[in-house]
Amino acid sequence: MDIDKDIDKKDKKRQKETARRQFLTETLPAAASALVLAAGLGAYQRSAQAVPPRAMRPPGALPEKKFQAACLRCGQCVRACHANLLQNNTMEEIAFDQPAEINPNASVKLEPVLRLAECGADIPVGTPYFIPRISPCRLCEDMPCAQACPSGALSKQTLLDEEKKPSIYKATMGLAVLVDHENCIGSQGLRCDVCYRNCPVIDEALTLDMQINRRTGVHTRFIPTVHSKYCTGCGKCERSCILEHPAIKVLPIEQARGELGHHYRLGWEEKEEAGKSLIPEALQLPARRPEELP
Amino acid sequence: MKLNRRDFIKANAALAAAAVVGAQLPAAEKVLAAEGDSGIRWDKAPCRFCGTGCSVLVGTKNGKIVATQGDPDAPVNRGLNCIKGYFLTKIMYGKDRLTKPLLRKTNGKYDKNGEFTPVSWDEAFAIMAEKFKEAIKKNGPTTVGMFGSGQWQVWEGYAAVKLFKAGFLSNNLDPNARHCMASAVAGFMRTFGIDEPMGCYDDLEKADAFVLWGSNMAENHPILWSRLTNRRLTAPHVKVAVLSTYENRCFDLADLPLVFHPQTDLVILNYIANYIIQNDKVNKDFVGKHVNFRIGNTDIGYGLRPEDSREKNAANSKDAGGSKEYSFEEYAKFVAEYTLDKAHEISGIAKKDLEALAELYADPKRKVVSYWTMGFNQHTRGSWANNLVYNIHLLTGKISKPGCGPFSLTGQPSACGTAREVGTFSHRLPADMVVKNPKHREIAEKTWKIPAGSIPAKPGYHAVLQSRMLKDGKLNAYWVMCNNNMQAAANINEEGYPGYRNPKNFIVVSDPYPTVTAMAADLILPTAMWVEKEGAYGNAERRTQFFRQQVKAPGEAKSDLWQLVEFSKHFTTDEVWPKELLDKNPSYKGKTLYQILFANGQVDKFPLSELQKGHDNDESHHFGYYLQKGLFEEYASFGRGHGHDLAPFEMYHEARGLRWPVVDKKETLWRFREGYDPYVKKGEGVRFYGKPDGKAVIFALPYEPPPEVPDEEYDLWLCTGRVLEHWHSGSMTRRVPELYRAVPDALVYMHPKDAEKRGLKRGQLVKIASPRGEITCPVETRGRNKVPEGLVFIPWFDAGRLVNKLILDATCPISKETDFKKCPVKITKA
Repeated sequence: MDIDKDIDKKDKKRQKETARRQFLTETLPAAASALVLAAGLGAYQRSAQAVPPRAMRPPGALPEKKFQAACLRCGQCVRACHANLLQNNTMEEIAFDQPAEINPNASVKLEPVLRLAECGADIPVGTPYFIPRISPCRLCEDMPCAQACPSGALSKQTLLDEEKKPSIYKATMGLAVLVDHENCIGSQGLRCDVCYRNCPVIDEALTLDMQINRRTGVHTRFIPTVHSKYCTGCGKCERSCILEHPAIKVLPIEQARGELGHHYRLGWEEKEEAGKSLIPEALQLPARRPEELP
Repeated sequence: MKLNRRDFIKANAALAAAAVVGAQLPAAEKVLAAEGDSGIRWDKAPCRFCGTGCSVLVGTKNGKIVATQGDPDAPVNRGLNCIKGYFLTKIMYGKDRLTKPLLRKTNGKYDKNGEFTPVSWDEAFAIMAEKFKEAIKKNGPTTVGMFGSGQWQVWEGYAAVKLFKAGFLSNNLDPNARHCMASAVAGFMRTFGIDEPMGCYDDLEKADAFVLWGSNMAENHPILWSRLTNRRLTAPHVKVAVLSTYENRCFDLADLPLVFHPQTDLVILNYIANYIIQNDKVNKDFVGKHVNFRIGNTDIGYGLRPEDSREKNAANSKDAGGSKEYSFEEYAKFVAEYTLDKAHEISGIAKKDLEALAELYADPKRKVVSYWTMGFNQHTRGSWANNLVYNIHLLTGKISKPGCGPFSLTGQPSACGTAREVGTFSHRLPADMVVKNPKHREIAEKTWKIPAGSIPAKPGYHAVLQSRMLKDGKLNAYWVMCNNNMQAAANINEEGYPGYRNPKNFIVVSDPYPTVTAMAADLILPTAMWVEKEGAYGNAERRTQFFRQQVKAPGEAKSDLWQLVEFSKHFTTDEVWPKELLDKNPSYKGKTLYQILFANGQVDKFPLSELQKGHDNDESHHFGYYLQKGLFEEYASFGRGHGHDLAPFEMYHEARGLRWPVVDKKETLWRFREGYDPYVKKGEGVRFYGKPDGKAVIFALPYEPPPEVPDEEYDLWLCTGRVLEHWHSGSMTRRVPELYRAVPDALVYMHPKDAEKRGLKRGQLVKIASPRGEITCPVETRGRNKVPEGLVFIPWFDAGRLVNKLILDATCPISKETDFKKCPVKITKA
């Protein structure tokens, strides 16, 4: 006797079938029509080469201008992404809704990750992108999207780790930024840190800066802090932020990053990197003190 | 209704946004969107979730909870909440709230295999009463039982105790706290003779070292963790040691991060005691004056079915709690074998770390608090683990004073206040009394005004035994209230679900939502929750907190209290009490249980005129008197003058919670110490007055192995637990869309090398199997929990993945609490 089987079997089967049907009826034709459109709308695309504010590209994408030039608009990456999600059954149901086992009447609509830009969008038609708040990149380790790319617009070979092996964790799709400290409830001292705990590169890309809560005097404020060296831009933090509008957002890197003056170095970081002081040991003299003090 | 410009813009923006995404705003949000914050009534209530006991202010308008805020003046949380508390507004308004009783029926008649059909309360109680009477008539009162809750209000637990122990004369009442706190209770009772921690949360600002034993406080007691962190940050000398079988979020702060092999905490605890003795750090004065030594029975089995070979072969499975007198010298010899080398070899912790940990306890200048939760309690030697940590605090005298002490954190809002203090366990009565003790039964019978000899002396079926007895057809009429045991309990495929579906049995589940437990029942009763009733919770630091009813429950949903008291009207003594008892006490003949238990001149003593104006109190208006006050005052009479003094009823409505014993209008922060505790007389210094001679007990208890260990086939340890975003089985938090979005599904946390060995990639769906069942879920190799090789962790909040069904229903034979922390499993590609 298995309770899951008895209670949920029918529901689960129905969900899975719905998902598959939806994929076949909605996504594939969309990909196909995008292909057709792409051929006819070449001129339109060329006029729309301005970088949209938030075109989140798949992992391994070339820099935006080069990417737009190289992308064939074939939809192969989108197809590979969807197939992989379906296989692992990790597609989440529609954003802001509840799980089917809790609310069987909720329409089970699957949210893909990669989608093709449609006509009239800010993003060049037929190019792949994702919307972190709705469905962040899952950081699949074998990168099926890049693997499927025939043109090299997406390339695993651009994401090499220290051992020169392709690694999804070297992706730089964007950069997470805590844009609204005021409404981030963690910054106010509530215990949230959802973005932090959900980060696939937890403790590297996102850490918690622990600060004393001066208002209560006995609590700590845990402030999410992003480290650009490790952030992949997957968008899981933005997706999981529990606010009505996320306080943490993934932005294209060029919009997100400041730049330190080229004339200045952070001394403590330089010392840490070198493993020692950058100058020879400096002379230190003892200070004169009254005799009774040590 | 006047709207200022800002409110107007806000209202329209919200409505416009709602129109765009096509979402339906809950009624509460519509009210706010239209009218802003004006006209909201604010009143205090404790948070619905964990045992921390944060206080919130609840904003009500037009009969709906429209907003909440952390109470800025509450001593525990000072205006803060975790994200579960942040979403309290939404927990009552899930789309699938139950509003009508549902009975399984075919062609208009009850049928065990029928479809759930809405029925009236009259019909629901009629069939339920019929089944309870039938069972009692056929095979006596042990055929009826109830599984209750550490989330019950104080008076709900008390009404349940009365209904079962004094009404049906059955001790088959047990709370879900059995899965959670029973080992802590057994530990406190064995060592101190009185339940619950001696210290309080003020220790968080006073200790010099914190040692966490099997407690992911960072996620599961978020606000307390915030206080502990502040202490660590503001006092650089403070040290934090974290012991666990995997790295959880507490390791962020740990000065001593210690991952040990499952079950070997027993070795580490004994090693620390040995270190203290070997290094002459025993507080001899304290030990001499306040401590006795005993040696406990060993080879005590694993609480499995008696025919299991592990029970048959255990020498002391029948007397697991037994012990003999012992001396300090004998004890010192007993722990001498737990050397540094041995502790290192068995636990896997580096020697220098073990020494550093032992030194935290041994250093006479360092004040130490030990915190623990399920790592200790959900343990086949859970009562021992609790005793062993007390040993360390007693040896060093680091107990019962500011900044020092052993402290068991509770997971439920009223595990202490209701499950433990009221005595809803199968062996207990109010105020730490037990059914086995004839004097205790006599006190209860007198207070309850029932005939002498009514309460059975034999403890009833505890949680795990209830499931077994349902399966075996010996427990036939069963009421499950305020818990989700089909998701929480271990081994439900073999030992839980079969009993629910056994054709001999009738199963009733009361819940606000259609949980998996409700769906497995025969009758579902729709239940009022949280501030839809007047309530009282008791948190982990002995703080009792009251709240008033703020809104009405939806549809025909009724509170647990109403259900328990109303149901008692359906029985007369002649139907359920033995003939001999009635013949001896003829004045009880022909009375309803309601008359005997509730309309007894005590519970019905306080008139409706005492109710707070402006607030509903649906139960009191229904029964015609201030029901909650009557129950509370009768209950409180058990503990007043006996170390469990609760304040007068009204005082709790005025205060932000009070820590018992409340004597002479003063709270008690540290028990057993002169000056802090009114029960310790001048000149006594310290007195553990739970024991007749005022001395606590140090128990000699060894390491014993767990009932199962990984083998070639089932080659990984599985540990189940929780995440911050969801509470327990997720029946409330998973209905909050934002929390669902934050953590939609359970994942299996796995070491990257273990994944690689099995050809698994992060995000891939895998099958996790034990001999008792299997589930599928995605692999996480990089998440919040960093597990060592050979161990996986899966949270149990996900109703789509009932992970606890994989767990063996082995228990600590003393506390009868299940071990959810170490079960061999295998993992393959799904």
